[in-house]
Amino acid sequence: MKRFLYELSESWKIAAAQMRSNLTRSTLTALGVIIGIIAVTLMGTAVNGISIGFDKSMAVLGDDVLYVTQWPWKPVDDWWNYRDRKKIKTEYAETLNRMIAATPNSKLVIAVPTSSFMRSIKYSGNQVDNVFVLGTTSDFIVTSTIDCTSGRFFNELESRGGANVVMIGYDVADALFPSQSPIDKSVLINGQLFKVVGVNTRQGTFLGLFSWDSMVAIPLAAFNKYFSAKSDSDVRVKIKDKTKLADAKDELTGLMRRVRGLPPEKKDDFSINEQQAFKSTLDPVKNSIAIAGLFITGLSLFVGAIGIMNITFVSVKERTKEIGTRKALGARRRTILLQFLIESTALCLLGGFIGLVFAYLMCFGIGKAFPSFPIHFSLGLVFLSMIVSIMTGLFSGFAPAWTASRLDPVAALRYE
Amino acid sequence: MIDIENITKDYVMGEEVVHALRGVTLKIHRNEYIAIMGPSGSGKSTLMNMLGCLDTPTSGRYEFNGKSVAEMDDDELAAVRNREIGFVFQTFNLLPRSTSLRNVELPLIYAGIEPERRMERATQVLTDVGLGDRIHHKPNELSGGQRQRVAIARALVNGPSIILADEPTGNLDSKTGEEIMDLLERLYERGNTIILVTHERDIAAHARRTVHLRDGLIELDHAGFIPELDLPIAEMTST
Repeated sequence: MKRFLYELSESWKIAAAQMRSNLTRSTLTALGVIIGIIAVTLMGTAVNGISIGFDKSMAVLGDDVLYVTQWPWKPVDDWWNYRDRKKIKTEYAETLNRMIAATPNSKLVIAVPTSSFMRSIKYSGNQVDNVFVLGTTSDFIVTSTIDCTSGRFFNELESRGGANVVMIGYDVADALFPSQSPIDKSVLINGQLFKVVGVNTRQGTFLGLFSWDSMVAIPLAAFNKYFSAKSDSDVRVKIKDKTKLADAKDELTGLMRRVRGLPPEKKDDFSINEQQAFKSTLDPVKNSIAIAGLFITGLSLFVGAIGIMNITFVSVKERTKEIGTRKALGARRRTILLQFLIESTALCLLGGFIGLVFAYLMCFGIGKAFPSFPIHFSLGLVFLSMIVSIMTGLFSGFAPAWTASRLDPVAALRYE
Repeated sequence: MIDIENITKDYVMGEEVVHALRGVTLKIHRNEYIAIMGPSGSGKSTLMNMLGCLDTPTSGRYEFNGKSVAEMDDDELAAVRNREIGFVFQTFNLLPRSTSLRNVELPLIYAGIEPERRMERATQVLTDVGLGDRIHHKPNELSGGQRQRVAIARALVNGPSIILADEPTGNLDSKTGEEIMDLLERLYERGNTIILVTHERDIAAHARRTVHLRDGLIELDHAGFIPELDLPIAEMTST
């Protein structure tokens, strides 16, 4: 064991000396690994960023909110079983709220109805198309993270009375009111004037998923008054304790069956969804992006590894006599194997470190230049790329080191 | 100490089989000073490789301090070389980028000695061979004679049973060569066993026993150095 440690430290010293004396060669060889590690690390940060982007989008849904909908949030094969289900009506929310109030120790807090529509919004000469118009009650702020940069969400009074007021998303505000405050201005939605009471803070989007930036919210009463009843509706129910999600879901299912008046032998004719269900359909997408990206960048690292392997073979060849001498002095196979493995590993580790520094600087630069680009540098990534470097070194050094360790000492000593 | 009985060594060169050694029997005792002589192709180098445990015989028996070497694997042979044999090469074979001290430490590293004792021992041996003031010099900062002294120090450092010197003066001028031979003489007087492989008569003349090889067989094995006997064979037959 002790001898192994001495051999190890000796090998590190030799590796360092070797790199110093062949500086140009070592640098050029390490360059392959440097580029490889930069590519892999940047891809890693992008994958990380995408993942965080997804999670952020998910957070808009809220992890303590259940969604009562006609269709489940997952791909279904037997779509015909869902097609003929009755629509979810916004009135259910009131019924549910009454039931929740009547249930002791209910796991549910409040039910909020929502209806939505895609519409254009105009203000003087400006127009934004395909805006997600949401009709809801003032209770909506309980279920969703609404945080107005200016103004407010509509209040209970406006909600009850169906006032023509609207809270608009950041991007909508930006497009309609490029140079003035939108508050108290009136915008045109489907031929009706709505007074802007608030602007939501910018949430940033990733792949256009669930962002508040391109939505507007109006009172449900106003929504029903002006827009056709054919809109899609669902009911959001906030739960008390997100760790007891399953219990809350059971309770809500029971309440919904009562609302719908289903006899016990009938199946549910509605779906109750939570963020998690959505996540599990999106995760495979996220994962395949990650795998494809890392595979392609991994190829560049592989090319770097071949460079290291090549140069280690050259190193073994030109130091054949030295290997013979070391063997004559009592170096065992393991000693020689270790020596060359450590040389290639040290080279890769150095390349990996330099690559990581470059990758970090590039991440920083990209983050500054394109703030919306999802990129995220983490400590885990640093460890990962160091481990990848070591593995690359071991992989690329093994064949040459093995050859060196098997050299016949007599032939090696005679080699000129 | 060394007991060789009827060893042979065959090499396959392409389609031909070369019989480098055809049955050599040799006994070497502790504190002998022996020269192995012979023209090129006589099997001299092959015998040296056998004695140095760098290679194993095709057939025959080789016992080193009572242990059979013929059946050892690579790592066992490496251990024997490390502890029992000190090599001195014609071309010195020092590691070019390491100091004298690091070169001499090398066998101690392979033997698993602690760094402090390594340093102490290597410095001691370098001082013994007269290089106490050169321990931090690299080979290219040393003269040929000094390099060979470093190599001898390296051979001695693990306290081996034998010093195996292969043409130790081959790359040196005659004056420096004499100095190296004086050093070997001193080591012999201090109780070391020395095996000298050479084709030079005046170098072989330092040994107390001479073994002549020819065509893979021992032709002569006698005590001391007899100028008439130790003439190169070709010369003897022509006169």
